[in-house]
Amino acid sequence: MSDITTRDNAETPDHGHGAASSADAADLARPLYTGPGGLPAADVPHRPRASDVDPRAARRVERQVSAMFLLAVIMVILFVAAYVGIDPYTLVYIPVLGEVGAQNVALGFTFGLGVFAIGAGAIQWAKKLMPDVEVVQERHSMQSDGEETDAAVDQFERGKEESGFGQYRLIRRTLIAALALFPIPIVVLLRDLWSPKNGGFGPSPATLLSETAWTEGMPIVTDGTYVKIRPEDIPVGGLVSALPEDINEIQEEEHNLNERGKSAILLVRMEPDEIRSQQGEGWDFQGIVAYSKICTHVGCPIALYEHRTHHLLCPCHQSTFDLADSGNVIFGPAARRMPQLPIGVDEEGFLVAKSPFQEPVGPSFWERG
Amino acid sequence: MKALAARRRNPVVVTLLLLVALLGVGGVYAVATSTAPAEATASNDQTAIDEGKRLYLEGCSSCHGLNAEGTSNGPTLIGVGAASVHFQVATGRMPMAAPGAQAGAKPPVYNDADIAAMAAYIASLAPGPAIPTAEQLDYSNADVAEGGVLFRINCAQCHQAAGGGGALTQGKYAPSLMDATPQEIYEAMLTGPQNMPVFGDGTLTVEDKQAVIAYIMDLQEAPSPGGISLGRLGPVAEGLFLFAGVMVIFIGLAVWIGIRAR
Repeated sequence: MSDITTRDNAETPDHGHGAASSADAADLARPLYTGPGGLPAADVPHRPRASDVDPRAARRVERQVSAMFLLAVIMVILFVAAYVGIDPYTLVYIPVLGEVGAQNVALGFTFGLGVFAIGAGAIQWAKKLMPDVEVVQERHSMQSDGEETDAAVDQFERGKEESGFGQYRLIRRTLIAALALFPIPIVVLLRDLWSPKNGGFGPSPATLLSETAWTEGMPIVTDGTYVKIRPEDIPVGGLVSALPEDINEIQEEEHNLNERGKSAILLVRMEPDEIRSQQGEGWDFQGIVAYSKICTHVGCPIALYEHRTHHLLCPCHQSTFDLADSGNVIFGPAARRMPQLPIGVDEEGFLVAKSPFQEPVGPSFWERG
Repeated sequence: MKALAARRRNPVVVTLLLLVALLGVGGVYAVATSTAPAEATASNDQTAIDEGKRLYLEGCSSCHGLNAEGTSNGPTLIGVGAASVHFQVATGRMPMAAPGAQAGAKPPVYNDADIAAMAAYIASLAPGPAIPTAEQLDYSNADVAEGGVLFRINCAQCHQAAGGGGALTQGKYAPSLMDATPQEIYEAMLTGPQNMPVFGDGTLTVEDKQAVIAYIMDLQEAPSPGGISLGRLGPVAEGLFLFAGVMVIFIGLAVWIGIRAR
């Protein structure tokens, strides 16, 4: 509050910022500016502008300001004319910008210039014609004086006395009990996190985060075209975005995309001897490995796979996973390896999941530890 | 005329004449030499293979090995197929200008006949993806919307949803698709050049590939209604451009507002 100047005597000009100052003869002799608020002028040297001393300059500024306002009027008229008159699908070539919609450019240019002219005119007006004498604005001290604080304390004490809060023990205790139980409904509502299923409660949020639609023997289908995949469909160096076969039924039943978001996987094929390690014995099928597509950092779907380095890169925060080495993190903020899905083939020769994911997919959460 | 004659010994005139003469000679030479070799075509297979082998030994074997078996400087080319050779050489990616994270596209070094010969030689070593036929490349009946879905599932993660390309790890990058031809796109999906994965016909069928090509061609033809596309890199690039550009103007305006009037 040091920059708020307080004065006991309004007739003594302050030298700003509370610095102690003596009112010398020159200050007192200077005529005080009194504006609409009747504020005294600050004690800083004032240099008159050309428009203050030269009436011709003042008239010139007046003409400038009104020209800008007039320009705004013209621009509004042109805006309406462009909206009515220019065909919205006509393209026009403008250097640097290239081929752009003629009407679009005309609307933006006229409206933008119109708004700009109003603002620029207002600023020019304020700068050149309105008074530019610095003034001191008086403010009260923020702190109440002793009388007021005493009165407030008195009132509080009287309220305590008259309500009988200290006297009615039963009322006091039941009020405390009522307020203590008040948050309970809010806590109870958290039960809604268990998604309702078939009239009852579905799996817990932790279970929902831990489990996906992959089950033992679930056929793997391509994302987008939903066809089952044979191992020979994926060449070495190949990449396939895939989903569990029943994903569309699940989606229809649950009316949301949660399962699709959790169950998305990537199939990549490398030479079997290029696989340095994986998360379980024999979880690949002839060099085809399946990993979750959801980054373990904050859950971006990732498929930026480099087939020569076997690196999988997340575009969000550059976490990099090595799919030839158990999906381990080799760079970036991800804290956990990419979960691997054990795969094999069914009797018809289509790729299937050998088991569900053995660890939760996606980002870490509390229950996961 | 007199005024012109008077100035003919001016040094500027001499320099100009010299420039015109040099440009003329250079231009005639360029036109004369560029037309000659493109005519040669591989008349029969064995001739093409022999010619391809000669070109291979001359231009490729230092990195890919005398028998295309690969060296520490370059991978083996046995089994990569004619499609791979055509993609790499016709886009100028091969031969590489210098070792680096990635071989980028540049004006091709070989002409079509040379590329066909080299493709024939590499294809003769072991079976591999062939150069796509005109029928395979015909995307006129393909479903552009379906192609968009497939593009976003399989391609957009690296090449960006509007095909503008993007960065990968350690200096590698996915190139922009704005200048790619249908044949190059087809071959890239089929062969997986450099670090791009292979999208085999089993999981991305010929029809699917045609749909993806139709979508990319649609992207290439799509006008940019806002003018500058900024590489079609999306809202981040656009926001940065606006912020950097408009901020300068705003700072200028703020300075004008704050300056004391004279």
